[in-house]
Amino acid sequence: MTLIDLANPTRFLSLTAKILPWLAAATAILLAIGLYQSAMAPDDYQQGATVKIMFIHVPNAWLSMFVWGVMSLSALGTLVWRHPLADVSAKAAAPIGAAFTFLALVTGSLWGRPMWGTYWEWDARLTSVLILFLMYLGLIALWRAVEDPSRAARAAAVLTLVGAINIPIIKFSVDWWNTLHQPASVLRMGGSTLDKAFLIPLLVMAVAFSLLFITLHLAAMRNEILRRRVRALQMQQASQPRA
Amino acid sequence: MSLGPYASFIVWSYLLVALVVLILIGWIALDYRQQRARLRELEASGVTRRSGRGAADLS
Amino acid sequence: MTALLALLRRDIQVALRVGGGALIGVLFFLIVVVLMPFAVGPDLALLKKLGPAILWLGALLASLLTLDRLFAADHDDGSLDLLTMSRTPLELICLTKAIAHWLVAGLPLIVATPILGLLLNLDGDATVAVALTLLAGTPALTFTGMIGAALAVALRRGGLLLAVLVLPLSIPVLIFGVAASNAAVLEPAGFGAPLSILCALSLAGLVIGPLAAAASLRHGLD
Repeated sequence: MTLIDLANPTRFLSLTAKILPWLAAATAILLAIGLYQSAMAPDDYQQGATVKIMFIHVPNAWLSMFVWGVMSLSALGTLVWRHPLADVSAKAAAPIGAAFTFLALVTGSLWGRPMWGTYWEWDARLTSVLILFLMYLGLIALWRAVEDPSRAARAAAVLTLVGAINIPIIKFSVDWWNTLHQPASVLRMGGSTLDKAFLIPLLVMAVAFSLLFITLHLAAMRNEILRRRVRALQMQQASQPRA
Repeated sequence: MSLGPYASFIVWSYLLVALVVLILIGWIALDYRQQRARLRELEASGVTRRSGRGAADLS
Repeated sequence: MTALLALLRRDIQVALRVGGGALIGVLFFLIVVVLMPFAVGPDLALLKKLGPAILWLGALLASLLTLDRLFAADHDDGSLDLLTMSRTPLELICLTKAIAHWLVAGLPLIVATPILGLLLNLDGDATVAVALTLLAGTPALTFTGMIGAALAVALRRGGLLLAVLVLPLSIPVLIFGVAASNAAVLEPAGFGAPLSILCALSLAGLVIGPLAAAASLRHGLD
């Protein structure tokens, strides 16, 4: 089974039908283990129980970047190899990525409130994630602005790749901007070294959320393929002379 | 398990994550059923794919 | 009446479907507001002071941005000609289109305001005040903007011409909107007067806007 074999949407559909239940089950089990472990994790000596927010904040933040990576690969697939599933994959990933980025922002803000005293601090990391979220929304708006899916795919692919190149630049400039006027004393989140008691639940949760993304992504891709079939059939129906 | 003085923030963040993930799952499942229903409707009205195979079946 | 309701429903549906771009205005609002701290610095005290002004400027620009499609899309596909020829008065048609546009483009801005208030460190009362002034003031923006949109479609020049025409007309709304929001933060007693003026501006716009837009459409499209 190579990537070329998957170029046939029908074969892709039968494959997803086979592996989706397994993926969903694995996700549910890992998520349950991760939630149990993070509930059992000890309190941080500095942050107290608030550190539990980390176990869902960090996986979401990780996914917010990972999904953009997946979309960039798909964009390459669209532009370079013209793989027929690449634009399906890119389109299906965008709303899911936006949702995870939104969750990273919200959990970060709920974590920041006890730590900083405000829901929002123009901290370099939070601000970069906010910009990433805005870029996701812009990308979704682009997908929704063009009616022909394959034309929209090429435009979105270019924007995704430009974004992938630009995100590190944005991150760097936001860091610079933030150190330029560093507000009083912002308590650094987490630390450079994490205790094992925190690290293991965090890793389990990160894997569980990644699996969750893969499951949702495959299911959304299946929807997108079916949507295109509906579109094709509707056009055929419109062009057929009425009997 | 005591959650300390900021219990509400922790519970809220977990609840929000659960809510958004459930919305995502629900949206995708609903979309799937909708597309399948539309495909069946189109097939029933006599439109066929060029390959001649059924559009609604997955294999 | 049924014709107007049908037009209202159609305009909302067209705006919400693929290619309609109803939510682009909110996205623009979000981005403009997020850009401000990069220009003035992440000083929360300063942002709190500037907050109402930033939100109002963002809302003003966002509601202008989406206005140029108000008549242009209908002009492109020819339905505007049908609308001008119909038996329903053109003024009422313009009013209906403005209301539909406000529902899909203006209302989401007000819904987004609390989130943006959080980013600008506004407290609850100030956020509610800004949202309230936006609720009172954005209809005035839509109605004055509609005049510009009608002129622009009649002259076949869209985009920036509309902004240049309409921005000076919207200065009073901006003045009283920011004044009311600031009053709510600083001295709650002075909140009523500017808010009433804002409502008055919206009501005046409700009358003048459709009349002027219909007139310029009639003269422009022949």
